[in-house]
Amino acid sequence: MFDHLSNSLQKTFKNLRGYGKLSEKNVTDALREIRLALLEADVHFQVVKDFIRQVKEKALGQEVLASVSPGQQFTKCVQDELTELLGRDHKAFDLSANPTMIMMLGLHGAGKTTTTGKLAAKFSRAGRKVLLVACDIRRPAAVEQLNVLAGQVGVDVVNPNPGESVPELGMRARDRAMTQGYNLVIFDTGGRFQVDDELVRELEELRDMVNPQNTVLVVDAAMGQESVNVAQTFHERVNLTGLILTKLDGDARGGAALSIQSVVGVPIHLVGVGEKTEDLEDFHPDRLASRILGMGDVVTLVEKAQDMVDETSMAKMEKQLLKGDLNFEDMLSQMQQMKKLGPIDKLMEMMPGMPQVSAEERQRMADQGKVQSRRFEAIILSMTPKERRKPHVINAKRKQRIARGAGTRVKDVNDLIKQFNQAKKMTKKLKKQQKKLLRFSK
Amino acid sequence: MANWFKALGKTRNLFKETLGGIFSRDKDLDEATLEELEEELLAADVAPRLAAEVIAALDKARRGGNRSRRDVLKQVLIDQLAQTTPFTFSQLPPNACLLIVGVNGSGKTTTTAKLAHLALEEGIDPLMGAADTFRAAGSDQLRIWAEMVGCEVVAGKQGSDAAAVAYDALDACIARNRDLVVIDTAGRMHNKAPLMDELKKIVRSLNKRVPEAPQETWIVLDATIGQNALMQARFFNETIPLTGIVITKLDGSSKAGCLFSIKKELDVPIVFTGLGERKEDLVPFEAEAFVDGLLGIKDDDTGDDN
Repeated sequence: MFDHLSNSLQKTFKNLRGYGKLSEKNVTDALREIRLALLEADVHFQVVKDFIRQVKEKALGQEVLASVSPGQQFTKCVQDELTELLGRDHKAFDLSANPTMIMMLGLHGAGKTTTTGKLAAKFSRAGRKVLLVACDIRRPAAVEQLNVLAGQVGVDVVNPNPGESVPELGMRARDRAMTQGYNLVIFDTGGRFQVDDELVRELEELRDMVNPQNTVLVVDAAMGQESVNVAQTFHERVNLTGLILTKLDGDARGGAALSIQSVVGVPIHLVGVGEKTEDLEDFHPDRLASRILGMGDVVTLVEKAQDMVDETSMAKMEKQLLKGDLNFEDMLSQMQQMKKLGPIDKLMEMMPGMPQVSAEERQRMADQGKVQSRRFEAIILSMTPKERRKPHVINAKRKQRIARGAGTRVKDVNDLIKQFNQAKKMTKKLKKQQKKLLRFSK
Repeated sequence: MANWFKALGKTRNLFKETLGGIFSRDKDLDEATLEELEEELLAADVAPRLAAEVIAALDKARRGGNRSRRDVLKQVLIDQLAQTTPFTFSQLPPNACLLIVGVNGSGKTTTTAKLAHLALEEGIDPLMGAADTFRAAGSDQLRIWAEMVGCEVVAGKQGSDAAAVAYDALDACIARNRDLVVIDTAGRMHNKAPLMDELKKIVRSLNKRVPEAPQETWIVLDATIGQNALMQARFFNETIPLTGIVITKLDGSSKAGCLFSIKKELDVPIVFTGLGERKEDLVPFEAEAFVDGLLGIKDDDTGDDN
């Protein structure tokens, strides 16, 4: 995500870091690169213009030019402004009402129905009784699509009756939610252009009928310059309360998010990052800004790890590591924990420095890693319990047997043992350091 | 042409001042006006580097000549698109296969149905293949369209192998002796290698039935998408060579200025334009009408914006 913008900005800053002090020309050159990068990232031209002006004012200020490391100062300047643009705080849905109403809207093909399914999954996991309303009465099979998704997630749907208008359907759904104790109702409306007056009026009527606390615009992350007009018009007509940015698993640079945030000023609630119902993540402007600048998204990575890895096995592993006697069983459970974190290429995207690597390259590295970890797993599984617990007993003959069992070559077994020994050395070092620390603290 | 302007009409009203309007001003092309023009091109999603080039060319023309300034800009843009001869279904061999590809939500299924409708209008006997076996109710959508258009559809179950469905569709086209099969595929992100591999597999399985199939592979691009449209076109073209581009949703306010750089890089003809939700809302692409829409020039060519 945001690959290109990261790349070009990093290139610019690398150039800047070479100088002891920044001249006005340096700054102007860098800003020209940034302007182009932002435009290529689909940031609205007016937003780019304002952004460049603001950064230039700050960058040309005394403190920057006289500072010890002007390159870093400048980087910080750009990053701060970008974070500002993306909106400072993450805001969640307004869930205070019971039942809470969420109205989804957007252009055709933005991903409203898919996102509605994802939201249903998210809220019903959180223990809410969710009701979906199939308000897209125009697109063929849109109602069927929502019903299939609802079935997968395990929530109920209100379907339109023949000849029923969207506001009438909304009314009926609201009544049902009230009487049957649903906590959360999501209205999945059909795709429409903001310039289609008649269809936008339908949204107004639906809104007046059900009074949603949340009116959410669904936006394709790859959207172009019209994002601002689209969001602005919808905002004027139905008063948007938030955005969901979809298809961020593509390589679109996502300037639409920046543009809409800075012009219309509604928070981005969540981002869609895949086709499965769980592929919906919180949006964090600060992290996204660092990500744009190629500084990685370590916080998300850590949170993801905490979420997925069960704590007891983590604690056990930590103890093992500190004891310094690592064995193959630990390695195996570690590898299995890693797998729980999700596809390696998605994880790599969040690591510092990784945005410099192109998406294809990441994919290739991830594929390679997957093959290797699968192979290592097979090798460990072909060991006897004794071999796993006491790796030193593995001799040449055992290696041959293990390789046969795992369907690999002896060389692969040797590779695994080599990696294992390195890891073991590391843990021994850690142990020594810990001992030293303990001595100091006493 | 009339269709174009009907659809693009609502777009133009939204603009405070279109390019046509800027040109009709009683004012010389000074620096400020050139900058304004560049911004209008940017707002139309024309690639930033290309917009700069076009403005530079215009600046030169300002110094050079007495040709109408608007005509210069218009010609520069039309030249970029290099008018292609219009596509006809009758130019295809018998039992031809047309594969429709693109990212999620670009409008592939709707386009597939509209193409079948156009083929029928042209007196061609088409069949549709619903190889979107991934999306919930993906093939249902095409089935409902099939009824509206009056065209048979070969479909597989959700979750079944897309390549097998594509093969069956082509096989049915030959067995039932139809002129053409239009195969709709699932939306896929162009940067996802496994999904692109699946597309290659679909083509391989079509090859097994007819070595030349698919004779046409068209990408469906959404006009509301910005610069990423070039990446989409590029990646798909690298996976399976494209022979055509369909640009959809041009009836909204987006101008699809990205088409210039796509055409420049890939040199693939832009065949059709989607202008609405009805089956007849797909028309042959016309470079001049497209550029006029982008510049806000009306068909009576007065250049003003009322």
